[in-house]
Amino acid sequence: MKIVVGQGSCGIAAGAAKVYDGLNNNLDKSKATLTFSGCVGMCYLEPIVDIYDDDKMTRLVRVSENDVDNICKFAQTKDYSLIENITISKDDEEFLTKQTRIALRKCGIINPEEIDDYIQSDGYTAIEKVLTTMSPEDVIETIKTSGLAGRGGAGFPTWFKWNAARQSQGDEKYLICNADEGDPGAFMDRAVIESDPHNLIEGMIIGAYAIGAKHAVVYVRAEYPLAIKRLQKAIDQATEKGFLGKNICGTEFSCDMKIKAGAGAFVCGEETALIESLEGQRGMPRLKPPFPAQSGYWNKPSNINNVETFANVTWIINNGGEAFAAMGTENSKGTKVFALTGKIKRGGLVEIPMGKTLRDVIYDIGGGIRDNKEFKAVQLGGPSGGCIPAELIDTVIDYKSLGATGAIMGSGGMVVMDESTCMVSMAKFFLDFTAKESCGKCVHCRIGTKRMLEILERITTGKGQENDIELLEELCFAIKDGALCGLGQTAPNPVLTTIKYFRNEYEAHINDKKCPACECAEMLTYSIDKELCKGCTLCAINCPVKAINGSVKTAHEINSEICIKCGKCKEVCKFSAVKLS
Amino acid sequence: MSSKNGIDLSLIQDMVEEYKDIKGSLITILQKTQEVYDYLPEEAIKYISEKTSIPCSEIMGVATFYTQFRFQPVGKYMVMLCQGTACHVNGSKKIMKTINEYLGISDGETTEDGLFSLKCVACLGCCSLSPVMMINDKTYGSLTPEKTREILRQLKEEN
Ligand SMILES: Cc1cc2nc3c(=O)[nH]c(=O)nc-3n(C[C@H](O)[C@H](O)[C@H](O)COP(=O)(O)O)c2cc1C
Ligand code: FES
Repeated sequence: MKIVVGQGSCGIAAGAAKVYDGLNNNLDKSKATLTFSGCVGMCYLEPIVDIYDDDKMTRLVRVSENDVDNICKFAQTKDYSLIENITISKDDEEFLTKQTRIALRKCGIINPEEIDDYIQSDGYTAIEKVLTTMSPEDVIETIKTSGLAGRGGAGFPTWFKWNAARQSQGDEKYLICNADEGDPGAFMDRAVIESDPHNLIEGMIIGAYAIGAKHAVVYVRAEYPLAIKRLQKAIDQATEKGFLGKNICGTEFSCDMKIKAGAGAFVCGEETALIESLEGQRGMPRLKPPFPAQSGYWNKPSNINNVETFANVTWIINNGGEAFAAMGTENSKGTKVFALTGKIKRGGLVEIPMGKTLRDVIYDIGGGIRDNKEFKAVQLGGPSGGCIPAELIDTVIDYKSLGATGAIMGSGGMVVMDESTCMVSMAKFFLDFTAKESCGKCVHCRIGTKRMLEILERITTGKGQENDIELLEELCFAIKDGALCGLGQTAPNPVLTTIKYFRNEYEAHINDKKCPACECAEMLTYSIDKELCKGCTLCAINCPVKAINGSVKTAHEINSEICIKCGKCKEVCKFSAVKLS
Repeated sequence: MSSKNGIDLSLIQDMVEEYKDIKGSLITILQKTQEVYDYLPEEAIKYISEKTSIPCSEIMGVATFYTQFRFQPVGKYMVMLCQGTACHVNGSKKIMKTINEYLGISDGETTEDGLFSLKCVACLGCCSLSPVMMINDKTYGSLTPEKTREILRQLKEEN
């Protein structure tokens, strides 16, 4: 019997390390071996423990320290009734069975810190095939056939970039992996690195061979310490086994790999800013052209791809470009991973073939909206993307259809919102982000985003002015046209899409000084429902400005003249008697 | 080799020697320096400048560009509160307020007893457990105001 504890960052945060330690101390190791994996992407069920016995796998979910005893007993007796209450339900199993996994195919299954686990699951066969039977041109041709496009956001054909870098003159070239994962709300790149780092490494070596690079660099964001640790371990193991370094697989081809940790700047996800940062500079984007394929890292030809892009490469080599291209739609091939979060019942990583609809992901796989609330919108593409409203839920997931809504495919953040989310406040949230993260090099982005933020701030605090929507739109178009890099050019998207689909909400804020979602604090009034109030006095005691009057066991009242709308009373009321309007 | 503020520069001597001639290593040097002191002391920056021949102004230019770097000592517990999209949608603002009230500090500040510092960050990559915060290297998910207060109370008690 083998017991596997899922230990990605999120599993650990949910308590997986404690479960692992508990098992490690108490399990009879003659009955079962204990090991761990990364993250299978069912984040809402963490911590997850998989038990393999003969050919049968039993998945235990939401496991806590208190379950350790029973799992240990189960290892002795194989009495399934011991673990029945934590065994995954049929419904929850569907979260995975309805997906098609390529990039994530080994995540949560193999042990990310053991190269042998990876090798036993067909790992490092693609690189051997490439180095011994294919020319770099063959590799590029296979990738072309597959239709693989960049998963980092822009969706540019991968073969085209590889080919450009290959054609570029120069004996020193670099292959770079963008693991900056800047979209706040996306975490698939982290999951791939933490759960299946060798797949990334193998994909990168294939890329390096295709373009003719002898050096590869992975730029990982600083907030991912576990990913950095596991990737370094994997690089060391791969080097030791001869999959990295000199004469890979006994061939002429050599390539080394190192990690550079980012230092916290969203703009460094932009490829030219990333290069500046790699060189130890402020991460300010360069003007393109020249493109990195001509002049990138240390002014040498360089190719930059996203983690998920590389994670597809080994599968494509092993299964053929046609198999990959058989999935998806006319303009988008293969699968895409989404990080499904927000007000969703089942949140986690969802990999589906292109061509499915948003409804498939949100309802069929994600189980719909939490707490029986109403679905309002879904945000795709983070600060560069937009909000797609409920009425467009049947939009097909491919680059073209998503682009037509005004949002973008992006890197795969998919944040679901319900009726309690204010869309103006959401737009403000993103502008606050981009204004802070703007590197300051170009005026449109530096000052433009700031002015937009100010307007959104006054709208959400009840000080909106008559022409604010038009003014916002004007700024949006000016920034889109004038900004130097993708950060500025796409920063207006969250505002434009919310104006396009939720104009009435903007108008309610500006004209009626009301926030329909009851989120914008300044516009709310708090009151106490006389029927529900039991007169327990808790609210009056906790009110920091003594705005609540009433005596014990009689209904209380809020003096709106004094109330500072801090929400304390609503938070402490045990009878849900405090109402917002 | 300890400076007037008690900064022991010998702690970074070997590291700086190792990286100073590798081009493009400034950020790595600064990261490793911060690992040692928990922030970037002025003395250390001057020392790095001397050794690498990169002007202090340029080092500061780079260091201030990235949110990771700090120029003041921080508390024993570094509370990093996520303000990413998923956390925003799931109520990170309330958690922020709870911390502000409970510890009496806002973003970028440190408590008087030197125990806690608060920093807002974007996405810790645990969005499914939002709202999320990280204290030193430990991540806490599915926060509510009560849970947050309890975590902070326990850390206070431990000291
Ligand atoms: C502001 C900004 C942030 C970006 N952040 C990321 C990121 O975090 N990760 C990423 O892979 N690509 C990011 N990109 C896209 C990259 O510039 C680049 O297109 C991508 O890494 C190329 O890889 P791909 O072709 O495999 O998608 C960002 C672009 C911009 C403009
Ligand atoms: S948005 Fe908070 S962890 Fe991702």
